[in-house]
Amino acid sequence: MTGESCGLFEYGHRACGGCAAAMAARTILDAAGKDTIIVSATGCMEVFSTPYPETAWKVPWIHSLFENNSAVASGIVASLKKQGRKEKVIALGGDGATFDIGILCLSGAFERGHDFVYICYDNEAYMNTGIQRSGATPYDASTTTSPAGKCSTGNRRPKKDLPMILAAHGAPYVATASVAYLPDLKKKVEKAIATEGPCYLQVHAPCCTGWGFEGEKTMTIGKLAIETGLWVNYEMEDGKVTRVKKVVRKPVEVYLKEQRRFRHLFKPKLNETEIAKIQAVADRNAERFGIDIKLKK
Amino acid sequence: MMEFMEGSHAVAHSVKHCRPEVIAAYPITPQTHIVEALAEMVANCHLDAEYITVESEFSALSACLGASAAGSRVYSATTSQGLALMFEVCFNCAGMRMPVVMSIVNRALGAPLSIWNDQQDSISLRDSGWLQFYAEDNQEAADLHYLAYKVAEDRNVLLPAFVCFDGFILSHTYEPVDMLTQEQADSYLPRYTPVQRLDSTDPISFGLFASPDYYMEFRYQIDQAVKGAAKTIAMAGREFGEMFGRDYSNLVESYRLDDADCAIVAMGSICGTVKDAIDEMRKDGKKVGLLRLRSFRPFPNKEVRSALSGVNCVAVLDKNISLGTKGAVALEVRDALYGQQVPVLDYIIALGGRDVRKKDIRAVVDMAGQGKGDLFHGLRQELVS
Repeated sequence: MTGESCGLFEYGHRACGGCAAAMAARTILDAAGKDTIIVSATGCMEVFSTPYPETAWKVPWIHSLFENNSAVASGIVASLKKQGRKEKVIALGGDGATFDIGILCLSGAFERGHDFVYICYDNEAYMNTGIQRSGATPYDASTTTSPAGKCSTGNRRPKKDLPMILAAHGAPYVATASVAYLPDLKKKVEKAIATEGPCYLQVHAPCCTGWGFEGEKTMTIGKLAIETGLWVNYEMEDGKVTRVKKVVRKPVEVYLKEQRRFRHLFKPKLNETEIAKIQAVADRNAERFGIDIKLKK
Repeated sequence: MMEFMEGSHAVAHSVKHCRPEVIAAYPITPQTHIVEALAEMVANCHLDAEYITVESEFSALSACLGASAAGSRVYSATTSQGLALMFEVCFNCAGMRMPVVMSIVNRALGAPLSIWNDQQDSISLRDSGWLQFYAEDNQEAADLHYLAYKVAEDRNVLLPAFVCFDGFILSHTYEPVDMLTQEQADSYLPRYTPVQRLDSTDPISFGLFASPDYYMEFRYQIDQAVKGAAKTIAMAGREFGEMFGRDYSNLVESYRLDDADCAIVAMGSICGTVKDAIDEMRKDGKKVGLLRLRSFRPFPNKEVRSALSGVNCVAVLDKNISLGTKGAVALEVRDALYGQQVPVLDYIIALGGRDVRKKDIRAVVDMAGQGKGDLFHGLRQELVS
């Protein structure tokens, strides 16, 4: 754990027990400190943290719309610059806001080079509206708009590679993280804030409600994603991968079988063909990022 | 000082005088000359502002919202499709009580695509909570920006405002304009001090979601603020008149209306043509007058009722159409005259840049005299029959 929280993200919010996004919010503020302005997109985090007249945010916070947090952040950064103020600006959004509906604003803000940090809490579907697929939903995950059925094994497309897209914008620092490794997340937030220019963090945030596991297993599921190679924690500086979390890989089944969204791959019978395709995704990740720890014989 | 200026440049100079700290805009015809002029001022250090070259109108207004929340005076300009793309942010700006001022260089909305003038774009945002001012000429277009900031930022108002003026007809036309000096502008419009802002020394949350227990009260308060803005406009408009000789205290302007039998109601640049046509008709013995709406939001209900209750007929010229019913101005004028025995007839004119001449105004008045109205005037019959 990250030690004592500075409590800028207050308890008493309405998140589900075991919500990874809430853990991410607390850790992000622990790293960022009080001189931070948060710009939230519409989504789970926004809704569970700010039911009028209450707020969980003890730093200045603004929510405008679903898809414009990067553009609102651009305006705030410009205003602070004009006023000579030094607060840091962090835009927060779920994967729907970030990968899909908000990508125009996100791309524009990164291309213009505003000094801000965009953090996506990636729970791999539209959870706030009831678990619909997004551009971040992994291959074969069953969601309410990509349901597994007689003629379907779930989501037909692989996850969009957004970190690479933002690195291609010339972002000086792009990193992935996981709530299963909070000290690492904290360090990456600190690094992103300390880096001038637009920085992007994508935080794997297992959703017990949307993925179908018990709330006490959030950390376990997050760790399994890393240990199977289906999620890779890495850092990119000036477009080059500079650090990668290496693992002794486990087969993808150990991650998949823990979640209701992949249940159709195991019941009523084992779907070896599809599981092999998901294993291939992990194998490609392993090769691309060199995550495998070679054990000495 | 009197200068011969293009409408867009007159507006850009007014905006510069208002000292916006953050400008975010996206190019779209016929708005471009304004934002180009402002970019040039920033590039040459004639205007000390952060200029954000956003990737869409949607982001333009979103960036303005953010900068406004952070405590800056902000400016944007758009038209037509650009304004339509801002639709969601427009409602949001008003709901969050951000005093953004935006020039709307009025233009038709597609389809079919048209770059030419009508007022469908801003009229379509009538329910959004933005104040809406309409200029008749470039002088007024320039002046109304000072007024708009003064009213929008007033603590009793705190609402965003459109300054609308007709695309090409005003924006690309040269007219003599009496420009304020920077010192005059500063004496009228003080530096912006926000009521609340995003500030780590006093953290607050903006834009919370409201359950059914709270939502209606927010909407009620916004409605009250729009209606109540009339009082602030009157004060700010009077002050402008006292300082510079052009009084904008009234939400409407009456032209030869006192003894009129027939009143024309219109907004924007067409009113110049209407006034000329009225002068001609008066020479022919026809008692015609004009009621020009300078403010469409707040809608000048009382002024309309008091100005029109004595006439025999009202002919509304609508440069917009609420498809399936009538023009928006006519609907609201009828509402203002509810219970009075004054026939209000609607004429949809000038859509997508269709030219309107004095003879068209005379034809409308003749039709109104015969009780014939609620129609499109100026259609090419061979294309629709």
